[in-house]
Amino acid sequence: MKKRYKAVIIGGSAGGIDGVMRILRDLSPGIPIPIFIVLHRLKNVYSHLDQILGDGTGYTHVKDADEKESIQPYYAYLAPVNYHLLFEEDHTFSLDVSEQVNYSRPSIDVSFESAAALYRGELLGILLSGANSDGAKGMHRIREYGGYTIVEDPATAYAPTMPQAALDLVEVHKVVKKEDIAFEVKRLI
Amino acid sequence: MSREHKEISQEDLSAVLELVQKRYGFDFTQYARSSMKRRMQRIMENFGLPSVFELKHKLLNDELFFEVFVEEITVNVTEMFRDPFFYKELREKVIPQLESYPSVKIWHAGCSSGEEVYSLAIMLHECGLLERSRIYATDINSQVLNRARAGIFDLRHMKDYTLNYIAAGGTGNFSDYYTAKYDQAIFKKELKEPMIFSIHNLVADKSFNEFNLILCRNVLIYFNEHLQNQVISLFSESLCPFGYLALGSKESLLFYHDRDRYETISRMSKLFKLVR
Ligand SMILES: C[S@@+](CC[C@H](N)C(=O)[O-])C[C@H]1O[C@@H](n2cnc3c(N)ncnc32)[C@H](O)[C@@H]1O
Repeated sequence: MKKRYKAVIIGGSAGGIDGVMRILRDLSPGIPIPIFIVLHRLKNVYSHLDQILGDGTGYTHVKDADEKESIQPYYAYLAPVNYHLLFEEDHTFSLDVSEQVNYSRPSIDVSFESAAALYRGELLGILLSGANSDGAKGMHRIREYGGYTIVEDPATAYAPTMPQAALDLVEVHKVVKKEDIAFEVKRLI
Repeated sequence: MSREHKEISQEDLSAVLELVQKRYGFDFTQYARSSMKRRMQRIMENFGLPSVFELKHKLLNDELFFEVFVEEITVNVTEMFRDPFFYKELREKVIPQLESYPSVKIWHAGCSSGEEVYSLAIMLHECGLLERSRIYATDINSQVLNRARAGIFDLRHMKDYTLNYIAAGGTGNFSDYYTAKYDQAIFKKELKEPMIFSIHNLVADKSFNEFNLILCRNVLIYFNEHLQNQVISLFSESLCPFGYLALGSKESLLFYHDRDRYETISRMSKLFKLVR
């Protein structure tokens, strides 16, 4: 019997935006579960990444995650600049300004670990291109809880360090080119 | 399934917070759970506590450990001129309104180690208001207040802070406000003169004065809806008519039952004015 995943979480850094755009475009106008996106972003740079991702992909609902906002299906939520994104038992977000993790806030590890604690085996984790190793531990945690893990193929990634670090740490379920990630997601939900 | 990390359950978390409340009278039960869990996990790792049982035991028996616990569990991360745009708007939209008052009273609630307090003092100085200001800066954590009182920050951060200062519309030379010594930036005495630092717990303590401006930034994100409502009510009680309230960039009046009393001065900078 096919397993039903309840949420998708995507992490990426350098080159990660491309991957996210590709995935959202292929999943547009939307999928019936929430997508969480954690990208390393420059602090104090106010960019409309939510609009860029929405307009550029045709994904209907793309927005920055708001403090205490309740999580809805069909939405893609972005971790806001300068905050860690955490998940509450009542399916709302919490934001947190505590120390950077892996020199990053938002940190991919922090969000992946928090999401894994909420969704347990029903989480689908995707790690994309990036030039540091944030996210590897988070993928490990998702895997521990029985969630599904997909990593962008380092051989074709813009920056291979991040996906490679995850592969070195975790036995992930799938390693695919970014063009093929959405196909995997559709197959699993 | 074996897990390396020590997962803290909701029940464990509740039990620890209940113990803290009974033993020390500090109520953290209405703090955002996910962050609490992370912090507690960190404390257990740092102190080599193998389980929640040991954590509770230590909390019960070791008062010094409780101080460390409070310091760890409350997130103290801060910086000077955090969100420069906020300071810019404060300078343009609020400070000119305060100029008409013979004296200005300001409250930084949850001021942490004081970077925000010194930032605003610099701005008030540049607007010619510092001499007429009384600045109350409070926090639940005595450790960070000591650092705030000293006004000595890590020299390594000054490069970033200078950029923030410029982006915030600073009109002078940032380096004029401190002297560098070894790896420290010691902020000028003149800035400190109007500042009063004191312990104040937003969960339990009452209003203690009336203010023209209250800043409470990046504190409410750690509180649940109910506690946010309670704390903003406290601010309403503590503001003069037409006083200003400044929240963190991701915080809002959404969970305040009487939010119609406020007018939004800047949606992006979370600046509000008490009008009713
Ligand atoms: C993240 S810091 C914010 C510092 C500064 N306002 C800023 O925005 O950079 C949060 C501060 O709130 C304080 N805090 C937490 N709970 C509190 C309470 N119940 N009463 C007073 N302060 C509290 C913490 O000790 C910490 O210093």
